Amino acid sequence: MTLPRRPGLLLAVLTVLALAVCVLMPDVVAPHPPDAIDPAAILRPPGAGHLFGTDQLGRDLFSRVVHSARAALLVAVGAIALSLAGGAVVGLASGFAGGWLDGLFMRAADVLLTFPPLLLALGVVAVLGSSATNVAVAVGFANLAPFARLVRAQVLHLRGRPYVHAATLSGVSPPAILFRHIVPNAAEPVVVVALVSLGAAMLASSSLSFLGFGPRPPATDWGTLAAAGRDYLGSAWWLTTFPSLAVVVTVLAATTFARALRKGRS
Amino acid sequence: MGSAVTAPGKRDSAFPNFRTRTWNYAARRTLAILPVVLAALTVAFAVIHLVPGDPVQMMLSIGGSVPSPGQEQALRHQLGLDQPLAQQYLSYLWHAVRGDFGRSIVTGEPVSQVIGAAIPASAALAGAGFGIAVVLGFAAALLTTRLRPGPARTVFDALPVFAMSMPGYWVAILLIQVFSFDLGLFPATGGNGAAGLVLPAITVALPPAGVIAQVLANALEAARLEPYVFTAQAKGASPWRVLVRHALRNAVVPTVTLLGTTVGNLLAASVVAETVFARQGLGRLTVTAITDHDFPVLQGIVVLLGVVYVLVNLVVDLLHLWVDPRVTMARRGER
Repeated sequence: MTLPRRPGLLLAVLTVLALAVCVLMPDVVAPHPPDAIDPAAILRPPGAGHLFGTDQLGRDLFSRVVHSARAALLVAVGAIALSLAGGAVVGLASGFAGGWLDGLFMRAADVLLTFPPLLLALGVVAVLGSSATNVAVAVGFANLAPFARLVRAQVLHLRGRPYVHAATLSGVSPPAILFRHIVPNAAEPVVVVALVSLGAAMLASSSLSFLGFGPRPPATDWGTLAAAGRDYLGSAWWLTTFPSLAVVVTVLAATTFARALRKGRS
Repeated sequence: MGSAVTAPGKRDSAFPNFRTRTWNYAARRTLAILPVVLAALTVAFAVIHLVPGDPVQMMLSIGGSVPSPGQEQALRHQLGLDQPLAQQYLSYLWHAVRGDFGRSIVTGEPVSQVIGAAIPASAALAGAGFGIAVVLGFAAALLTTRLRPGPARTVFDALPVFAMSMPGYWVAILLIQVFSFDLGLFPATGGNGAAGLVLPAITVALPPAGVIAQVLANALEAARLEPYVFTAQAKGASPWRVLVRHALRNAVVPTVTLLGTTVGNLLAASVVAETVFARQGLGRLTVTAITDHDFPVLQGIVVLLGVVYVLVNLVVDLLHLWVDPRVTMARRGER
């Protein structure tokens, strides 16, 4: 179970550390300012001086990818935080209250689950308008129903446990039972699903950005960088490759953590 | 959706009137699609009322032009937004069940025509993508299961994860760079013919192929430990025969369940694929309708997706009957 014996997990840990540095101190990592134009170095392939090459204005792609990490991760993490919070409230209320409230929430979840998350997110962006914040809200909303279902199932499962009955019989109030006995025990599987969903949210939000519904220029994230590089995909492969690679590495890291957690549980 | 496998103990009591129960289940399952279709219609109706601000002004002010009050009133009347909400809803339902969603506010064409024109390209893409996803997924799962632990097995185990971790737009771009620009095998954009379909279909098929491969490989791994597999091996069946005839038949149920969401995800992925490959399908239509605030077209798309989803899940649930006849209608939410 130790890190060196699991190269995948070790890589994931290193990735998260690298991403954290990029998010917290992009200026330390990036050799150039992200928007510094250099007419002498236009569309340079990756090499010494420009690790990921340069774009059509001579801007250093490595610096741009590093500086985009904050926006890209904020949207994905924000989205999952939102689905987690919303799903927890709905699922706890649904599972604990039961009755018509449960029926209402679960039918609403059925309708939401009717649509693939990416399309649902597109619909929310259609209603709210394009921006990084709205993409986070949209992706968060699109992933809310599965969390609500999972939390509800956990609550229903835990409510039948002897220690919950014992707490009820010894006169513990329902809110105390909910927060002291049910929430802590329901949390673990929910966290695993949150990590898996984080990868999905990263993919969905970067796709929305790629389609032009994300941050407005000059703000960038990995999706918009790849979209900008699309105009040069015959001549400058690096412009689409490195921002997309950043997405893949992040998704893989999240998936690896989710797997490790799941394995650790069983 | 809404289906479950009965507990082993219940199986015998179900046997005498097995036929009737199966038909009952099929009939009830078919009727159960009506409320979901109504819900999709209602969601589509609600979209236009959920927009913050005034949808009419939003639709008219594309490109920064300032609409005149006359224009505004005309559009409001055309969309029926000047009527009471209940009347709007009923009139919308009445028209919707006959396939009438009004006219696109951008081109003025009937929504049914705009969407109808986009369906063939999307159906071809989703169909081809579905075929590729199923073939790749099954092939990968069967091969993985036959491999002994070792470097090759590790690679095969990791492949589905990579397939699911790639953003669709990058897959599309890589395919264009390799197969269109470097090798010149397939066209990079446009081309609604068979050659133009190959790359977009692979793009949308990769993530679902990864999911199918993972789920099926897990189920096969579990099925291989079952006594009937041991029996088949003892009787001298070849490893492939044991795998395909005995293990696969029993391991396939979770994968069949998955096929329903696969179709939805294929349609979602086609939004990106159709944009990169410049195909005139539903996905691209969705993106332009959103950018243009063309709400009637969006409503039509939402309803169409709802209906497609419901029909696909109906087919999947009825497929379950065939794959695993023990399936009966369980109370919803109990699965």
